[in-house]
Amino acid sequence: MAGAGKVVLVTGVSRDLGRKAARAIAADPGVARVIGVDVVPPRGDMGEVSFVRADIRNPVIAKVIAKEDVDTVVHMSVISTPGSAGGRNTMKELNVIGTMQLLAACQKAPGLRHLVVKSTTTVYGASNRDPAMFTEDMEPRRAPRAGYAKDVAEIEGYVRGFARRRPDVRVTLLRAANVIGPHVSSPMTSYFRLPVLPVVLGFDARLQFLHQDDLLAVLRHSVGNDIHGTFNVAGDGILMLSQAARRLQRPIVPMPGFAVGTLGSFLRSARVADFSPEQLSFLTYGRGVDTTRMREVLGFEPRFTTAEAFADFGRLLPVTGGRTDKVLAAVARQLPDTDVEQPTSVVEIGTGGGRRG
Amino acid sequence: MGDAEIIPIGTRGRPGRGTGTQPSSAARSLAPTPRTKAQPKAPKAGSKAPTKKPSQPDAPPAPAVDDTPVIETPQPHAAAPATTRERHPMAGIPSSDWLSAFQYAAREVFGDQWEPQLARFLAFVRRRLTGDYVVDEYGFDQEVTQRFFMATLRPIAEKWFRIEVRGVDNIPTEGGALVVSNHSGTIPVDGLMTMVSIHDHTGRFLRPLGADLVFRMPLVSALARKGGATMACTEDAERMLRGGELVGVWPEGFKGIGKPYSDRYKLQRFGRGGFVSAALRTGVPIVPLAVVGAEEIYPLVGNIPGLARVLGVPYIPITPFFPLLGPLGLVPLPSKWLLEFGEPIRTDEYDGGASDDPMLVFNVTDQVRETIQQTLYSLLMQRQSVFR
Repeated sequence: MAGAGKVVLVTGVSRDLGRKAARAIAADPGVARVIGVDVVPPRGDMGEVSFVRADIRNPVIAKVIAKEDVDTVVHMSVISTPGSAGGRNTMKELNVIGTMQLLAACQKAPGLRHLVVKSTTTVYGASNRDPAMFTEDMEPRRAPRAGYAKDVAEIEGYVRGFARRRPDVRVTLLRAANVIGPHVSSPMTSYFRLPVLPVVLGFDARLQFLHQDDLLAVLRHSVGNDIHGTFNVAGDGILMLSQAARRLQRPIVPMPGFAVGTLGSFLRSARVADFSPEQLSFLTYGRGVDTTRMREVLGFEPRFTTAEAFADFGRLLPVTGGRTDKVLAAVARQLPDTDVEQPTSVVEIGTGGGRRG
Repeated sequence: MGDAEIIPIGTRGRPGRGTGTQPSSAARSLAPTPRTKAQPKAPKAGSKAPTKKPSQPDAPPAPAVDDTPVIETPQPHAAAPATTRERHPMAGIPSSDWLSAFQYAAREVFGDQWEPQLARFLAFVRRRLTGDYVVDEYGFDQEVTQRFFMATLRPIAEKWFRIEVRGVDNIPTEGGALVVSNHSGTIPVDGLMTMVSIHDHTGRFLRPLGADLVFRMPLVSALARKGGATMACTEDAERMLRGGELVGVWPEGFKGIGKPYSDRYKLQRFGRGGFVSAALRTGVPIVPLAVVGAEEIYPLVGNIPGLARVLGVPYIPITPFFPLLGPLGLVPLPSKWLLEFGEPIRTDEYDGGASDDPMLVFNVTDQVRETIQQTLYSLLMQRQSVFR
């Protein structure tokens, strides 16, 4: 098996990230075959990935694993918003029951060697009592009561249970920060695509992003390497929410927390943006995760820092603000060139822009 | 005949004051050139022009300015010095005047090198507007802290509280260290003042550890993170100390800051000694700091526990001025402050498991507390009075 290369099963390939992850893994020379599984066929190009239409919520998945002699399972089918799945109940069923069935099938598969689960840093929650940077050993300060965060917490619980029952299988749990990229659609990216950003008055959240390419790279890296454990995966550095809005040249509207929540649920029902409820606390308090273990144990180095990933995301967005800066730039051009101290930041964004446009 | 000639007082002649047609005789006597009849059609403008110049009050002594008003202002009637004509406010000042006024103002604000200075200032503003700056992982924004927060707080520290700092040499110039201070003053002004004093005397930024209430309050939480504060929890304290930061901690917490005025300068319980175990685990020195003066800025004479419980804050202070004078009561009393940094207490000599030995942790905690208390007493002895 090992000599002929790995046979990898990827769940959740109907969505863009899952499909791209499957293709990225298939490009690895050490991988012989990649089987993509989902309930609905993927829309885009699958390349060398063979697609099997199967629902991970029923035991058919066990037959797929046994028949194809799968030795690595990459679980990508954890969805963050009910919008795409059609309701919170379906979402919860897909996330929790799907994972349970998949893990049950994995437990019965004697040939299985490696399980990679894409989780999220949302499991740490976001509150005013949070430490600045979460390490992998820390628990959320307040246990999540509902929604995506609770789903992920339960999924991680099942994964830990599986790791206990099958000690011979290497389990890699990747807690990815908010994935961002020009074509990613997630609650976070749809928030930043709003022409005017509602923010919580008096709070400035710390944000961390992971570029889409880095997510694919880390999945490929963990499939190709024999490393197990739980890892936070995020780009270097921190962006404040206000700073991010300024970099995008988006005007912000500060409003009290409850108003942001109400507006968010209105936007969700109007299908303007996928605004998830746990996003409110995230946009209020923010979250940072420590990635020392990712570097030292997993041996993975993200190509994009948080700021670079965000700049890459903002590249294609239309500018809606930035008039103040244009005026200042015009004044600055009138002045003679001087040894103006260069900004220390690594990223330069476009021609610059302002917050209050 | 026989009627007396009526002469209005002070005019010695015909009434002419304020009518606008005829200058008063007082004005006539002041006029340098005697005139024969009223209403001359061609007044001698040259001599009168300077009296109209106050319409350009602070005009710079630029050559362009000197002659323009003569051209621009309407030829004054020598006979009617008090009249003014309604004009558009912008019409009379040519653009060259605006430019020179602007240049003059720029020189006033930025000095002779105003062009590069202004360019630098604009670059700073634009950098802020485009978000082109870096914050560290705790959300600390060094640029805005240095340029804005410190600049705002410095006059308060120097002029209002007249802070006197002693023992600055006890703060390590580099590497992690834990500054432990007493806490007082109803509102944590002492923390801010300590930050400014340390920055001005050593160039290092003090990174305060704040209660979770700080990070729950709107505005305060955003400012605290920007100013370098983080949550007072073991994880953050150790992370910062390992990162070589100068961390400030006020272990008395709300017990210290919200104690009644009658208990001033009596140290409260020092928490659970978490700061000591953090220092032991990271092996950084503990620098005790005694602050005298902060107790008197808002003398806490009462509390409204019921309202405090409703609002979810530890206390609602009543000072002799606070609810009484409204917002004016928020002005702190200008007490004289003394800050004394004590000899650092080394923690790197203890062996590895020292932080797990509760007795050792309590002993070190007591040692720090005693040092601060003794320093407080000696500083109080040296202080002449509260305000001097």
